[in-house]
Amino acid sequence: MSESLLNAASSKFDQAEVYRVESESHPVSFESNKLKEIMRRDTSGVALRVIDDGRIGFTSTTDTERESELVERAASLAPFGSEASFSFPAPSEYPTVDIVDAAVPQVSQQSMIDTGQGLIERLMDEWPDLLCDARIGWGTGRGRIMNSAGIDEVYEQTSYYCSLGAQLIRGTDMLNVWAGYGSSHLFGDEELDRLLQTVRRSLRWSKETAIATANTGDLPVIFTPRGVGATLLHPLLSGFSGTNVSNGSSPLGERWGEKIVDERISIYDDPLIPGASGSRPFDDEGVASRMLALIDKGVAGSPLLDLQTAGQLGKTSTGAAGRGLASTPSPSSSVIDIAAGDTHFEDMIAGIKEGLVIEELLGAGQGNELGGDFRANVSLGYKIENGEIVGRVKDTMISGNVYNVLSQVEHVGDSSDWVFGSMRSPAIQCLGVEVAAKDE
Amino acid sequence: MKYRDLIENALNGHGADYCEVRIEETDNTRLSYRGKSLDTIAQTSGLGGNVRAATKGGWGFASFNSLDELSSKVADAVAQSKAVGGSKTELGESEAHVDVVPAYIVEDPSEISLEDKKRQMDHYNDLVWSVDGINSADIIYGDTSRKTFFGSSDGSYIEQEQVHVISRISAQARNGGDVQQAGFSLGSQGDYGLIRGLDEQVIDAANRAVALLDAKSLEGGERTVILDPVLAGVFVHEAFGHLSEGDNVYENDKLKEIMYMGRKFGGNHLNFTDGAAIPALRGSFKYDDEGTPATRTALVRDGELVGRLHSRETAAKLGEQPTGNARAIGYNFPPIVRMTNTIIEPGEATLEDLLAGVDDGVYVRNWYGGMTQHEMFTFSSGEAYMIRNGEIQEAVRPVMLTGNLFETLENLDGVGNDLDMNQGGGCGKGGQSPLPVSNGSPHIRIQKCLISGA
Repeated sequence: MSESLLNAASSKFDQAEVYRVESESHPVSFESNKLKEIMRRDTSGVALRVIDDGRIGFTSTTDTERESELVERAASLAPFGSEASFSFPAPSEYPTVDIVDAAVPQVSQQSMIDTGQGLIERLMDEWPDLLCDARIGWGTGRGRIMNSAGIDEVYEQTSYYCSLGAQLIRGTDMLNVWAGYGSSHLFGDEELDRLLQTVRRSLRWSKETAIATANTGDLPVIFTPRGVGATLLHPLLSGFSGTNVSNGSSPLGERWGEKIVDERISIYDDPLIPGASGSRPFDDEGVASRMLALIDKGVAGSPLLDLQTAGQLGKTSTGAAGRGLASTPSPSSSVIDIAAGDTHFEDMIAGIKEGLVIEELLGAGQGNELGGDFRANVSLGYKIENGEIVGRVKDTMISGNVYNVLSQVEHVGDSSDWVFGSMRSPAIQCLGVEVAAKDE
Repeated sequence: MKYRDLIENALNGHGADYCEVRIEETDNTRLSYRGKSLDTIAQTSGLGGNVRAATKGGWGFASFNSLDELSSKVADAVAQSKAVGGSKTELGESEAHVDVVPAYIVEDPSEISLEDKKRQMDHYNDLVWSVDGINSADIIYGDTSRKTFFGSSDGSYIEQEQVHVISRISAQARNGGDVQQAGFSLGSQGDYGLIRGLDEQVIDAANRAVALLDAKSLEGGERTVILDPVLAGVFVHEAFGHLSEGDNVYENDKLKEIMYMGRKFGGNHLNFTDGAAIPALRGSFKYDDEGTPATRTALVRDGELVGRLHSRETAAKLGEQPTGNARAIGYNFPPIVRMTNTIIEPGEATLEDLLAGVDDGVYVRNWYGGMTQHEMFTFSSGEAYMIRNGEIQEAVRPVMLTGNLFETLENLDGVGNDLDMNQGGGCGKGGQSPLPVSNGSPHIRIQKCLISGA
């Protein structure tokens, strides 16, 4: 079917590309400490993108009966389409990336149920008042990309994931903590123990409630690895998005090759890491994957580019195209890897007289991310006093600018931890975060 | 009735306590602009379906794109539900309905040519760029037709069509590393007409973006805030609506103790309502995705909790009536309890009354986003202005507001008389986003509201 669609489109348009996906996933969910639902989700569909007279036409369907309409639909769209600044790529060499584990589709429903049950029971042993949710699942995906320049490539991947959440209510005070991990490889006790430890640590640190002190940026703030993901990553990546760079909205403008943050900060987009969620041999336009330095020792490396934004900027694609079935490709990150430094997490805390630890935020992304700004309610964060965590802060907001904050780095943690399997980061201690808190 | 036989045959002899099939057909058109030019123009179509089954209180769910062998998909979902079930299936009463509900249409977007849609949006893009100092435009237009075909083991068969039109127009201005943006969102059910006649609003947004470069940032802290109807609608959605969703409460004894009927949340001027039976709004429909007829649910009356939103399951487990709030964003998700059209009922105060006596406050308008986690919520304004001596004065940079349910409703001390609806939003929950909802309110005033520094 894909062949005939590509042939029909290639004979009608200057260039054509067919993108077909098939996936299935099998999640098992627990709600309020009990097994609640077992699901199976199958997805399949096809997208057609064409270039005709220099303009792009795009259409897709999940209805096999209507695949025959796609060529006509593309023909009606292309005359109004955006100008193509690229040609579909020819075949090239692709790296081998370890993203399939044959054991994943063999996972039994019962073993997922047992895993969830076990995690919840172990948490409840220590904290009997908790209400826990958990989700365990596996999936397989298959993507095929073909174009009129000769590419016809398929890749398959497997995925296995587990998340665990817990709610504790005391009076009208509600605490929600959770942790999750995903990989293309089946994982076992070691990773599950780490999830439990994360949740337990959050519960322990939240035992008491502390009051944050409002300040104007001179208190040290430690972002845990997930705090880095929740606070700093999105406003930072928006500056590296090829789309924003090409239309002039990135604050990095012409600063490529210049020092933009502290030299201890190095951030890579690396789709070649074995087993990571987001690793892949080629991107969603068939361009070979590669590791890309976004920031190397504080210096701005390269934006993330797909074919279109690369063409607009007169560069070549960095293999960063991501897409869903119903949308045209756009540049996005794959697996974010932030280099570790040399300070133990415990030593960071011990060295702070008064400060905050940020783990999770509520409402991040509502601010002016394009300029690198962040601001949000601290949904999970802790107060440090005299080198110790004294309790959870609530009714507290933080704000700042990612370039400013990462230029005032005090310490970088000595280990990089996986956050949900698609990002690896150390804890980072900085200045420059403004804290607003309710009056006592 | 296109799929009635197919669904009835597939459900025949299903073997669960309850089973339903939902098939969906969709058609979408989307245009987007970024930078100076058109970014994407796309038309997509979809076909998909799901089976959901309940056995002894456990749920099974299977979703798919191919309708082949529907009976075996029913068998899969039923087997899954049996693997989960261990107690009792409880579902609120719902009569069987057989009905075909056509789309609510004022001006059908499918009858407007792609060329005309593009010409209209090109025009707004040009308008944004006609303002000096603009660095980029970010414009989206989308229309969707969603037809659902629902059949259940209770004997219901319901076909419904919904047509939605949405647009967001945003302008950016930049000065070195400082990027500011301003814009607005619109939406309608079945009316392409809302896309017309926006020239003034577009130019105003572009001018605001440029002016923000010179506007001051507020320092974070507690202040008196007055919210316009659009942002107040987002407030009631985030601050109260989510916690009134029955699925948060039904298996949570502690939350039941907190959210009990009759609990006082604030003054007698607080009256909140949700309902898809309020006609012609983005969250309006005749039946929800479990086949329950839409209602209009009083949530708060005279400051007291009097109702909440339900699916059939949450209603049964709490001993309350289903309210028709079980909604799924698409065929690959099960329905969960969602808001529809959520409203703060108007009071008597004029905006002048609310402003009177505010010596140092902030007037916040328009929305940028919002999030809730139980009693905590945050939401962001699209615009902010200082209030001094009871008067709205200069613009400052937009702010984020945060609070918790129990304190903030106590501090909501003024409700205006000028109800207006915000139709430009979408709601996200459980990975299902953006679901069409609307919310509305008159102007409201909140004392001691925590706002962020910018």
